Amino acid sequence: MTEFLTAIFVTPFIDIASGPIFFGEVVLGGLMTGVMYSMVALGFVLIFKASGVFNFAQGAMVLFAALTLVGLMERGVPLWLSLILATGVMILLAFAIERTVLRPLVNQDPFTLLMATIGLTFFLEGVGELVWGSNVKRLDIGIPEDSFEVAGMLVNQFELIAALVAAVLVAVLAVLSQKTTIGRALRAVADDHQAATAVGIPLKTIWVTVWSVAGIVALVAGIMWGAKSGVQFSLSLIALKALPVLILGGLTSIPGAIVGGLIIGVGEKVGEVYWGPAIGGAIENWFAYVLAMVFLLFRPHGLFGEEIIERV
Amino acid sequence: MLYRETGQFKTSYRRDQAIFPIAQDRWSIGIIIGIAYLVIPVIANEYWLQAILIPFLIFALAALGLNLLTGYAGQLSLGTGGFMAVGAYAAYKMTTAFPDVPILLVLLLSGVFAAAVGVIFGLPSLRIKGLYLAVATLAAQFFLIWLFNRVAWFYNYNPSGTITAPPRTFLGIMITGPEATATVRYLVALSFLIFFALVAKNLVRSEIGRTWMAIRDMDVAAEIIGIRPLTTKLSAFATSSFYCGVAGALLLFLYLGSVETLAFDITVSFEVLFMVIIGGMGSIMGSIIGAAFITFMPIFLTNAPHLIGVDIPVDLAKELEAIIFGGLIIVFLIVEPHGLARLWQIGKEKLRRWPFPY
Repeated sequence: MTEFLTAIFVTPFIDIASGPIFFGEVVLGGLMTGVMYSMVALGFVLIFKASGVFNFAQGAMVLFAALTLVGLMERGVPLWLSLILATGVMILLAFAIERTVLRPLVNQDPFTLLMATIGLTFFLEGVGELVWGSNVKRLDIGIPEDSFEVAGMLVNQFELIAALVAAVLVAVLAVLSQKTTIGRALRAVADDHQAATAVGIPLKTIWVTVWSVAGIVALVAGIMWGAKSGVQFSLSLIALKALPVLILGGLTSIPGAIVGGLIIGVGEKVGEVYWGPAIGGAIENWFAYVLAMVFLLFRPHGLFGEEIIERV
Repeated sequence: MLYRETGQFKTSYRRDQAIFPIAQDRWSIGIIIGIAYLVIPVIANEYWLQAILIPFLIFALAALGLNLLTGYAGQLSLGTGGFMAVGAYAAYKMTTAFPDVPILLVLLLSGVFAAAVGVIFGLPSLRIKGLYLAVATLAAQFFLIWLFNRVAWFYNYNPSGTITAPPRTFLGIMITGPEATATVRYLVALSFLIFFALVAKNLVRSEIGRTWMAIRDMDVAAEIIGIRPLTTKLSAFATSSFYCGVAGALLLFLYLGSVETLAFDITVSFEVLFMVIIGGMGSIMGSIIGAAFITFMPIFLTNAPHLIGVDIPVDLAKELEAIIFGGLIIVFLIVEPHGLARLWQIGKEKLRRWPFPY
């Protein structure tokens, strides 16, 4: 027993103190993974804010977007054209989803909508594999995988670029939502559906827009994850990894998705490297959930989530 | 005309509060149960019992459990697979450690273990609500599966990491293990389902069920009229996990015979949730109809091409199945968001007026 307690409460801290550079590398690795999680979580938040739908199909959308891109490239379409076409497909998908799923289900309770998106997950996975095949595909978009050294720490160039892409994406989204008319309309709908319709904001257009944006975010996430680990079926499972990020940051907050992703990424990596051996390893599967749950016990609406005030 | 309560007068409160107050309902349920007990074991072949009916009965029990939690108490849970795993592993550990304890008692006790674990993972529900809670229950799913994978004690240090249901008899009849006949296992599963459906039905129309529903409809208001959220929410988690645990143990002992943790992974949780939603939240009958729909449909989809004489390759069939399954779920939610149980009710209303609708 003492051995176990030492392994949990003493040894990890000694390890951290004695190898600060290694610790830095672990944290950095965690931050980079966290950025990737954030990109998936971002799509969730966008849709939840604007339409109140907990879009479980975000992971399937990531897979679908990546499959479309790779499928096109495998058929000899140049990268730039494939990107444009894949974006087009995601926008078409947004139209289709709005027309066939969201509009008939308007005003249903959140559970029903969540279930519909799980149905959508099956549908998209099936269609993606039917059209493009189910084998693992390599996605090469020409980002070098080399590492270089900064202050004694090894930094992976690919992960750095992924982080940069995410930063640009968030910046673009921020400008889009703060400075443009459509962004203002989006925020209005997110705030209050009824008031927004009352002042003449077309709800349908907004939903199509927000699902398109989420689709494009999914495409970016799909490219990053696909380039890192190959485009394959398991890509849709990263949606499950994005869920703790989401509730940790708060379902309605874009900064929350980023901060949540970073916390989960670092927590997961540090936990696995320093505490994993003591309790049997491979704790990455559930650690994120427990971490998110502990945070939620103190802040039930996530770090930056909107507090729901209940009146009787 | 046939389905009408006209002329059926209740002369005592007991009669008035019966589960099936209308005579036609009583008869039809009686006939269905009679067929399930007497006719099906005779006419159904091994394949039907083993591959279709037994899993249907077991998953109906799990769906019933989840429906108590989600449909009646309003706490969305995605940890069903984890709780089922607790039941299966608890039953396995108990029956290998104490082979003389009657197997039915072991199966029931495994539910108690699952209930205890359910209470622990239900604790966050006191502070977290709605979708946040749903994600938090995923912690139970992933943690429990990891635990049963990692700690060799749970699978008795078996090098393959699987647990196998040992042969056990009850009153001289072989119930589990490779020698138990499909008919016996079917009857055991059926009895479990009927007994626990009856218990559930009585639970939800007693005080405890009413407090669950009050918490579901508006927890703040329920708290103000004097319902304790702590005991109500935790009792819902305990009862639900008990049902799921028993279902998990039955899955191992009556259906699969030998499992690893893969049999209880996240897809099982979603499947059971589908059963509840498609069947109808807050309906005992709905859980059973939903379980029937979700277990029969993939089998139907796999066999349908053969029936109409078209032959499609296996991998294509798998993808088509996913597409049709996903599409059907969306269609169902659009057509009837309150589930098949609601359709059943509408049908009964129509029958009542048939053939003279106004």
